[in-house]
Amino acid sequence: MTPFTTHTGIVATLNRANVDTDAIIPKQFLKSIKRTGYGPNAFFDWRYTADGQPDPDFELNQPRFEGRSILVTRNNFGCGSSREHAVWALAQDGYRVIIAPRIQRDGKRLPGFADIFRSNTTKNGVLAVELPEEAVDTIFTLVAENPGLKATVDLTTLKAAFHGPGPTEFDFEIEPGAREQLLKGLDDIDLTLHHVEAIDRFEAHHETWL
Amino acid sequence: MGKTLFEKIWAAHVVREMPDGLSLIYIDRHLVHEVTSPQAFEGLRLAGRQVRRPDLTFSTMDHNVPTTADRLAIADPISRAQVEALETNCRDFGITLYGLGDARQGIVHVIGPELGQTLPGLTIVCGDSHTSTHGAFGALAFGIGTSEVEHVLVTQTLVQRKPGTFKIEFTGRLAPHVWSKDMVLKLIGLIGTAGGTGYVLEYGGEAVRALSMEARMSICNMSIEAGARAGMIAPDETTFDYITGTERPFAPKGRDLERALDYWRTLPSDADAAHDRALTIDTAAIAPQVTWGTNPGMVIDIDQPVPAPDAAAGYSRDDVEKALDYMGLAPGVKLSDVPLDVVFIGSCTNSRIEDLRQAAAVLDGRRKAEHVELLVVPGSEQVRQQAEAEGLDRIFKAAGAQWRFAGCSMCLGMNPDQLRPQQRCASTSNRNFEGRQGKGGRTHLVSPEMAAAAAVAGKFVDIRTWLE
Repeated sequence: MTPFTTHTGIVATLNRANVDTDAIIPKQFLKSIKRTGYGPNAFFDWRYTADGQPDPDFELNQPRFEGRSILVTRNNFGCGSSREHAVWALAQDGYRVIIAPRIQRDGKRLPGFADIFRSNTTKNGVLAVELPEEAVDTIFTLVAENPGLKATVDLTTLKAAFHGPGPTEFDFEIEPGAREQLLKGLDDIDLTLHHVEAIDRFEAHHETWL
Repeated sequence: MGKTLFEKIWAAHVVREMPDGLSLIYIDRHLVHEVTSPQAFEGLRLAGRQVRRPDLTFSTMDHNVPTTADRLAIADPISRAQVEALETNCRDFGITLYGLGDARQGIVHVIGPELGQTLPGLTIVCGDSHTSTHGAFGALAFGIGTSEVEHVLVTQTLVQRKPGTFKIEFTGRLAPHVWSKDMVLKLIGLIGTAGGTGYVLEYGGEAVRALSMEARMSICNMSIEAGARAGMIAPDETTFDYITGTERPFAPKGRDLERALDYWRTLPSDADAAHDRALTIDTAAIAPQVTWGTNPGMVIDIDQPVPAPDAAAGYSRDDVEKALDYMGLAPGVKLSDVPLDVVFIGSCTNSRIEDLRQAAAVLDGRRKAEHVELLVVPGSEQVRQQAEAEGLDRIFKAAGAQWRFAGCSMCLGMNPDQLRPQQRCASTSNRNFEGRQGKGGRTHLVSPEMAAAAAVAGKFVDIRTWLE
């Protein structure tokens, strides 16, 4: 896996909450037995018109987002199906970082990302960053006001800096295990195989009822 | 302090504690299907690795397979290649496969319990988010991505962070014509589609204890729609009767069964166990539920109007406007006034024998509305055979339904069973996302009984008054 240390790129926004993995990569593309070729089909139903042309009404199709690699969106991104194809599609469509808000409202906790999706990002060198809701609102405004806005997301210092008219920087947190895996680009199967003797010992007395 | 059901199972499966609060946990059952596994097997081949425990790995074809009588010859070459890849992978790596034409083939979350592969106290994973279904047996079961599928194939373990626990207590009893599907839709409406993220849900209370295993599976199945990777119900006599009352080839027998039962009886949460969060729901007050929007949390009682954009708790005005626009609905409309085009009875949520009996009871002696297409898809070939033995297929056909072979079918429309743009569907499945059942299709989630009644009326009805 490609390590992730720091990334600088153009920021694009998708102003929708609860974007599900069916929307990120629709079912018809799940018939492939390959790991590649998903990029042009990311957000397929929103991205293209019925005749297969880019839909100018879809937010991410705006010319100002040409060459973007950082996606800023709303809460609960990647909910629904466990399909890792969703992360493959985003990564192959050029996204290295996805930013979504963590919201506390009316006693409810609305995380930025769905669990399985977040776990899938880490295994594919894509960084999922949760920021407070106000920070994400600020970024949406910055992006709206500054076409071509770039940001630098640094996993070593845990800072996301937006290169607007004035510098705007946010600290973020990430699970230490996920950070380690992303920074080093580690193959987690290799890592677990270091524990194969522990697995052998566990298995020797573990009941599976088969 | 006592332990919860989840904590007991977790503790029994920790192979090793890892740095940063992670644990290496052992996996007892790995269920594999055609869609999320080919890239994992490719990874094994590229690295020259083997499947560590093919005896704990079981495979079937369900997501993309046709459900029509001519299903063995899959017309779509890409679907056929995916099915053939699974056949090759299972043969090469020594994994048991219930393929097309096998009398045990079916939706992975229907056949696991049916064959006795799903048992209390186990850890069960599958590259499918609805793996939460198996938690109905008091197992820890959750969906994983393809990288994790590969990890389990090679190591029979996963590196996981211990989630929190969220107790959902359903007090009282269900009113007539209200089902476990309505219980879980009500819950998702209350806590939202991310309300359970980071938690394992444990369902309890009098109403849950009174449910059959089939009904419990429908609840645990939709835990993921509340954001929770897993949902669980403590095993009890209902669970044990399900496992031992019918021939289930992989369930323990004889002395093993006695040992297993002794262990399973220790699993329920201790009286003094603490959950991280808790919610109590008055079951008697639950009405039949219908979704109006584009996620399962956008749900109302059948007798409530579709909400206005500023009146849907937990959703922004913009979210609601987008959902209503996609669904072709105006605020204030009653869903009982909106005509339907398709009714789908099936999916890993509601395709078991009990679900089909409920639908058949409504359809017996009645006929679907002329303009409605009615599709009944059993969850497994065993369910199909049992339904036919009970004569349910004749009731469905007499009502004008298409009676199909087992598969995921129109729940996700990977096979030819799809909605056309703007078609409106009453569905017993689990997701009403945009395009889920077919591009532009409009999905309303309901119970099997509500779906069957909607097929007859040609629109949604309040099953509680319509049947009288």
